[in-house]
Amino acid sequence: MSPDPAGFRAEVRDWLRAHVPAGPLPSVDTAEGFARHRAWEREMAAARLSVVSWPAAYGGRGASLLEWLAFEEEYYAAAAPVRVGQNGLFLLAPTLFAHGTEEQRGRLLPPMARADEIWAQAWSEPEAGSDLAAIRARAVRTDGGWRLSGTKTWSSRAAFADQAFGLFRSDPGAGRHHGLTYLLFSLHADGVTVRPIRQLGGETGFAEIFLDGVFVPDADVVGAPGDGWRIAMSTAGHERGLSLRSPGRFSVAAARLVELWRRAGEPDGNSLRDRVADAWIGAQAYRLHTYATAARLAAGGTLGAEASLGKVFWSELDVALHETALDLLGPRAELRGGEDGRWLDGYLFSLAGPIYAGTNEIQRTVIAERLLGLPR
Amino acid sequence: MTAARVVTGRSAEQEQFAASLHGLLAAADVPAVARRWADGDRSPGLVLWRQLAGLGVTALAVPEHCGGLGAGLPAVVAACEELGHHAVPGPVAESAAAVPELITALAGERLAARWLPGLAAGELIATLALPPWLPYAADADAAGLVLLAGPDVVRLAEPGARHRSVDPARSLSEVSGREVLARGPAAAAAVARAREAGTLACAAQLLGAGRALLEASVRHAGQRIQFGRPVGTFQAVKHQLADVAIGLEFARPLLDAAAAAPTARDVSAAKVACTDAARRAARAALQVHGAIGYTQELDLHLWLTKVRALAGAWGSQAEHRARVMAAIAAGGGLPWS
Repeated sequence: MSPDPAGFRAEVRDWLRAHVPAGPLPSVDTAEGFARHRAWEREMAAARLSVVSWPAAYGGRGASLLEWLAFEEEYYAAAAPVRVGQNGLFLLAPTLFAHGTEEQRGRLLPPMARADEIWAQAWSEPEAGSDLAAIRARAVRTDGGWRLSGTKTWSSRAAFADQAFGLFRSDPGAGRHHGLTYLLFSLHADGVTVRPIRQLGGETGFAEIFLDGVFVPDADVVGAPGDGWRIAMSTAGHERGLSLRSPGRFSVAAARLVELWRRAGEPDGNSLRDRVADAWIGAQAYRLHTYATAARLAAGGTLGAEASLGKVFWSELDVALHETALDLLGPRAELRGGEDGRWLDGYLFSLAGPIYAGTNEIQRTVIAERLLGLPR
Repeated sequence: MTAARVVTGRSAEQEQFAASLHGLLAAADVPAVARRWADGDRSPGLVLWRQLAGLGVTALAVPEHCGGLGAGLPAVVAACEELGHHAVPGPVAESAAAVPELITALAGERLAARWLPGLAAGELIATLALPPWLPYAADADAAGLVLLAGPDVVRLAEPGARHRSVDPARSLSEVSGREVLARGPAAAAAVARAREAGTLACAAQLLGAGRALLEASVRHAGQRIQFGRPVGTFQAVKHQLADVAIGLEFARPLLDAAAAAPTARDVSAAKVACTDAARRAARAALQVHGAIGYTQELDLHLWLTKVRALAGAWGSQAEHRARVMAAIAAGGGLPWS
C-alpha cells in the first residue's frame, strides 16, 4: 500500500516540526549522543516513520522511491538528527530484502526499525581497503555455524553499535572474489574486541574490530556460503547510489549556503557568488538526476555501474559546497562549535566522502571500464 | 516545485526522435558538410538543413496553425542536442528555437504568416542579434531573415561587417536595425521568451557536442597504441574521461527540467552546467588525442571549436551564474516548497 504522496509529505513535515529536538543533539559519536540518537530513532519508529520505504510487516509504510525522496527532503529541511542506524537501514536492510531469508527478515528487521539493534559495517581490513577482495579475516566451519577470526577496521559507529555485518574468507583455496561469505555477528559476543579510533575531527566515529574465534550460527549467514562478494556488491550499489546520499541533504545544505552568502553580504565579490551558484546548481542537478533514476527504477529499470557516477558527483559536490561555506566564514571558519561550527563539522564529514563507499579513484575506473568501455 | 512536478527524464517519443535524427546525421557525413560551410560553400549545408526539415526539426517550435508541429521546447531541445552531437553548421539555436519562439510570441498574424511557414518547412533560415548576450548575428549570410532584438523592441536587420569565429563553420555579422516589427511590453515578453529558448537550444548543442567529444575520445583511446598497449588502459586517461562522463550525466537533468519549465533560474543553471561539461569534454578530448587533435586534419576540431564558440554565446557563464543567484537569493534556495 502506498501512501497519498502530497498527504504523506505534509504528514512528515508536520510530525517533524512537532518532534525534531530544538538545537542539535550531542555528537552521535559519544556515548551520551549515541543514546540520544537511539531514543530519537525510537520516537520515529513509534510514529512508523523510521523506515517508511519498508513493508508494513517490518515497521514501514511501503512508501515508493519517490515518496522516500520526499521524506528525505523534509527530514533534512527540518534539520533532524543524523540517522544513527544508517548502516543497517541503508546497507544491510536492502541486502536482507534481496538475499536474506524470510526468517532473517522477520527476526532482524523489526528491531532494526526500532533501533533496538544498531548495526555497524565490517568490511574494510588493514590490508583490504580499495582492494576489498584482499580480505583475510577468516570464517572457519564448525558445528552449527562458523568461527570468525581476524581484524576489521574503519567500521563506522562500531564503538557503540550492537551488531555488525561483514565479509569473511570461508574458502582460502578459492579465487580472490570467491570463497567469501556474508556473515552477521554481535559486537558483544565472546571473542570480540572493539577499539574506537579518533577521526580527523577528534571523535570516535569509527573503530577497529578484533575477532578471535567468534561463533556465528548458520542462521546468521546471508545468502549462500561463498557467495558473499556478489551479495556485498549489491549492497555497495546501494551505498554508492540512491540510499546513502539522498539529494535532500545537498538541497538543504545548498539552500543554507545561499542564506549564508546573503547574510555575509557578498564578502568577496563575484568569485564566491559563482561558487555558491555552482554548489546550488550541483545540488539541483543531483536532485533532478536522482528523481529521473527513481522513475526509471520504478518502471522496472536497474541500477548498476551508473551508481559510480553519482557517488563521485555527490562526494565532490559536498566538499566544494562546504569549502565555499568556510571561505564565506573567513577567519571564523576554524572555530569549533556553535551555529557556524556546523559548517566545519559538515566540511570534515564531507572530506570522508571521496574515500568511503569505494574511493573516487575506484569509481572513476568503474565508470571508464564498465560504462565507457575503455580497455582494462 | 513539488516532488510530483519534478521532470523525470525524457519521453520514449523524444528518445525515438533523437535516435532517428542521429541516424540521418550519421549517414550524412556532417563533417564534410561543415568543412564546405567553412569554405563558404553553403549548398551541402542547405541540403542537410532541408533533410532535417523533412524529419520535422525546423517545424518543432512553430505552432500547428502556422504549418509547424507545435512540439514544445522539450522536443526542440532534444533535437538541438542531436544537432550539436553531429556539429551541424548554421544558426541552429536561432533558426530552430529562438526566432520561431520570438515570432510566435509576438502574436501578430501578419508576422506569423510571413515567416513561420517558411521556417517550419526549412525553406527559410533565420538568425538574430540580441545584445549584449548576442552582439552579432550568427551565419547571417546563410539566413533569409535577420532580426535585431533589444529589451523591448524587435526589428528587421541588415547584416554588415562579417567576422570570423573560432569555429570555422560559423561567422558573426554586425547588424543594423531597420523596420520595427514590435515594440513595448508585448515585444519585451516575446524577446524574453526567445532568449530562454535560444539559450536552452545552445546549451543542448553544447551537451550534444560534449557527448560526441567523449565518444571520439573513448574510440581513440581504445585504438591508439603507445608503450605496447592502448592508451585507454592508462588510469590517467580513464579518470579524465570518467570526469567528462560525470559532467555530461549531471548536466542533462538540468537541461530537461529547464526545457519543461523555462524559468530564468533553471535555464541559466542548465547553460552553466552544459557549458562546463562541454568544455571539460573538449579539454579532455584534445589531451587524449594528443598532437593529432591539435590539427584541422582531424574532424575533431569541428567540435572543439564549436564548443568554444557556443560557450560564450547566449550569455556568459558569469551572467548566467548571476541570474541563478538573483533568483535563489530572492526566492529562497530550496527547490521544493
